[in-house]
Amino acid sequence: MKIGLLVNEGPYQHQAADSAYRFACAALAKGHEIFRVFFYHDGVNNGTRLMTPPQDDRHIQQRWSELARTHGVDLVLCVAAAQRRGICDPDEAKRNAKDADNIAPGFRISGLGQLVEAAIECDRLVTFGD
Amino acid sequence: MAGQCKKIMYLHRRAPYGTVYAQEGLEVVLIGAAFDQDVCMAFVDDGVYQLKAGQDTSAVGMKNFSPAWRALGDYDVTRLYVERESLDERGLREEDLMPLRYEDENDDWAEKSSIVIVDRKEIGRLIDAQDVVFNF
Repeated sequence: MKIGLLVNEGPYQHQAADSAYRFACAALAKGHEIFRVFFYHDGVNNGTRLMTPPQDDRHIQQRWSELARTHGVDLVLCVAAAQRRGICDPDEAKRNAKDADNIAPGFRISGLGQLVEAAIECDRLVTFGD
Repeated sequence: MAGQCKKIMYLHRRAPYGTVYAQEGLEVVLIGAAFDQDVCMAFVDDGVYQLKAGQDTSAVGMKNFSPAWRALGDYDVTRLYVERESLDERGLREEDLMPLRYEDENDDWAEKSSIVIVDRKEIGRLIDAQDVVFNF
């Protein structure tokens, strides 16, 4: 089955990011395709490489980046939500005259059309959040 | 994706300014309109406050995004189901909501209301009939 995921909540604050990650791993292990993971609302905070959790805790961003590296999962941050929350890639940083970017490996920034496309293309769109 | 037409519902459940879900949810509806799908919206629980007429956010310093609802008709989002019980529970009536209208191209462009008041059971039936439910 072709599956799209929507993550609507930030890391550590809310279980959504953990549940979505575990769901993605389980689905891949069963042979399903994860077409895309779209991060919206505070979910875009999953994609900052600056997050520094204590060493005895899970590293939510690195987990996602590893999933992208090993399984080629498409991790997309909503551009409008990311701009509001200070998440940017080198292009966005330049366009908005910021002195740095903070996007993590394996993530990309794009528009909400990517979410709607996933909803249309996939057999299931699974939402993680309240 | 060409030729695919899915039944998509945007289900709005939260008050408009306490959290960002309503505002960012509306952004998905407006972008999604470009994809030519079979779209409707439903407003339940505190989500019915999103359509209240006369919203004024000046005292809280937040952007009043409610005028954007009036553009929905131009985006061909013309079915806005509002749950009757949610209105009743909050002391609201249909007259308290913004008058949202669209021009029906199948009826000589007659102007019609986009808002349809339905009961809780009907909302459940509508959700069940969708291919995709976006939940904000």
